[in-house]
Amino acid sequence: MLRSIQQEWFSNIRGDLLAGSVVALALIPEAIAFSIIAGVDPKVGLYASFCIAVVIAFVGGRPGMISAATGAMALVMVTLVKDHGLQYLLAATVLTGALQIIAGFLKLGNLMRFVSRSVVTGFVNALAILIFMAQLPELVGVTWHVYAMVAGGLAIIYLLPLVTTAVPSPLVCIVVLTGIAMYLGLEVPTVGDKGELPDSLPVFLLPDIPLNLETLKIILPYSLALAVVGLLESMMTATIVDDLTDTDSDRTRECKGQGVANIFSGFLGGMAGCAMIGQSVINVKSGGRKRLSTLFAGCFLLVLVVFLGKWVSQIPMAALVAVMVMVSIGTFSWESITNMGKHPASSTVVMLATVTATVATHNLAIGVGIGVVLSALFYANKVGRVFYVRSDLEETNSGHRYYEVVGQVFFTSAEQFIASFDFKEALDKVTIDVHRSHFWDITAIGALDKVIIKFRREGTEVELIGLNEASATLVDKFAVHDKPEAVEKLMGGH
Amino acid sequence: MSDVIACIDGSPAAARVCDYAVWAVQRLNAPLTLLHVLDHSRYPVESDLSGNLLLGGRESLLTELSELDAKRNKLALEQGKLMLEAAASRAIEKGVSEPKQRQRHGGLVETLAGMQEETRILVIGKLGEEHTGEAEQVGDHVEQVIRTLHKPILVVPSDFSEPHRVMLAFDGSPTCREGVKMLAASPLFLGLPCHLVAVGKGNPLSEELDWARKTLEASGHDVEVAQLDGEVEPALHQYQKDKGIDMVVMGAYGHSRIREFFVGSTTSKMIKNATVPHLLLR
Repeated sequence: MLRSIQQEWFSNIRGDLLAGSVVALALIPEAIAFSIIAGVDPKVGLYASFCIAVVIAFVGGRPGMISAATGAMALVMVTLVKDHGLQYLLAATVLTGALQIIAGFLKLGNLMRFVSRSVVTGFVNALAILIFMAQLPELVGVTWHVYAMVAGGLAIIYLLPLVTTAVPSPLVCIVVLTGIAMYLGLEVPTVGDKGELPDSLPVFLLPDIPLNLETLKIILPYSLALAVVGLLESMMTATIVDDLTDTDSDRTRECKGQGVANIFSGFLGGMAGCAMIGQSVINVKSGGRKRLSTLFAGCFLLVLVVFLGKWVSQIPMAALVAVMVMVSIGTFSWESITNMGKHPASSTVVMLATVTATVATHNLAIGVGIGVVLSALFYANKVGRVFYVRSDLEETNSGHRYYEVVGQVFFTSAEQFIASFDFKEALDKVTIDVHRSHFWDITAIGALDKVIIKFRREGTEVELIGLNEASATLVDKFAVHDKPEAVEKLMGGH
Repeated sequence: MSDVIACIDGSPAAARVCDYAVWAVQRLNAPLTLLHVLDHSRYPVESDLSGNLLLGGRESLLTELSELDAKRNKLALEQGKLMLEAAASRAIEKGVSEPKQRQRHGGLVETLAGMQEETRILVIGKLGEEHTGEAEQVGDHVEQVIRTLHKPILVVPSDFSEPHRVMLAFDGSPTCREGVKMLAASPLFLGLPCHLVAVGKGNPLSEELDWARKTLEASGHDVEVAQLDGEVEPALHQYQKDKGIDMVVMGAYGHSRIREFFVGSTTSKMIKNATVPHLLLR
């Protein structure tokens, strides 16, 4: 045990501390920006980021992944804050955590296998678009100075790494723009204008709300959506970090961990959060791999904000906008655009539907739901085509026809199955051989019954071969994987 | 039939591991497997502190990291093959007919745990390749391996001499009794003088010692019994030096982790100060 603690925490100290600092610096503008999206004071997002990062470092299932206040979550809570205020948000955050812990115990993390790659790509792209769109209000009705600063900031962020990769370019962007604004005394909106910044360590407090059914009715729908969005983004980010580092994560532990982190966040005056795709990628890129990187990011963030609060409030919003534009560009899956021609049209449709639904509703859970349903339908449609019916006369002029059914018969192919028989042909006898087909559901069995009855009505005698093999798949407990002989038997006819 | 498994790495001890494994193979008449584990977590991590993400930055990072891993693994794979080749030709020279060579990706401990079924004795060097010159140190993997596996493990020092006298450190624990039975049934030490040694004041273990002596003698071992006073580890190692013993057998990590935390583990101390091979029984 001591050994695995050493392995999970201290086997990459230098890389983790460096990456943790880079991430902490990048988390500050994000946490502030997401607080503004949610409509709360920047300190709510900053406390949340600190708290979630620190807690998840201990209880998470994916070492090296960064969790904090996120845009995906902020977008879901906008109306709750607007209609009911901060205290309800804190209560909803605690409830979200509880729901996520339950999801962890129910092992719902495994449901991620139903979320196809196209849906994940759609989610990521939608997130990038939403983060970008959330920056637009900062660019409306401002002086030209703001535009110039955003452009300058982006130039620093993207061009500085060509000169040196030893300092985080977003940090340089913020420092330079803040310096210019203060030196020239420019009248541009700053972080300080957007609300209170933290002036102390977070303290434990109970949300100030009436504990009754009415409150539950208000917060439960939000908490459910937050729990789903949080787990989705966390699971997706975990997969991305898994791929990048070629290691595995413990999804169930991550679900529970996200829950615990959110409960802490809610009681310490923070908003709900989850894993962050952009920050986690930056962490890995900067050399962070272990739990220490996440812990250090959280702690360093709080130290910076509490002690440099006076300076943080002077940061012009334009600098934050530049950083967030970078985050949204980095989050966007560029590959999904270049692959559009190469991938099947159905997967592109799923991806675009996920993006459209998410951007329209500002709720990633709805977008993913639509994406999952669509990809399931496309899949059912595709598999339904794995099917044909062959027919022969036993002997010429014998009046005895032999039908052989091969392939998958279920709700999408049942119609086609019925249409494959020629009921108008006058026959004495038909033999229907189904041993090389699979009847997956009662729609398929219903279709078979219908075919038999139709033949009988025409006065034809019907003989059915191999129904037992064909309907073996009908049983709900049907599970043959890991049993090669069972799979061979099932697929034997194909 | 299960194998003698020898953990080969780039350390100077690798040749010794091979020699002791060959010795065990010849005593036991068992097949030999030479194992090299490619542990990716040991690779250094590259870092780019620019903190920005370009368009398609995620994808290009994945390509970059996997290309780096590919290069490193290809090299490590090649290197490992050479080490295994060297060990194999050494074993063949010493008369082992067909040593098997295996390479696995993953952590050493998980890999060995996964191979437990096919393990008869595991032979591992006291120091891994990342340690050089520090004689009184134990490789950071070794303890973890001993705690995880439930097979006999031979921890070998950095020089080889064919074992002539064996000392069995006896504490009367169930593990140790099992060990006695196992040794009695095994040809590993047949024909070598075997010192049955207990440490402790008075003679509380005399009955068990008697039982152990009889068990070993019944299977044709030549047994001498001794009882020592004092601290367990120094007393045993002193006895070992005095009598010119060149192989120590003992039960490993018999106590709870909590006790070990406060008192310290005898096994860890024994291995740390070992100058001859120690066969650890679980």
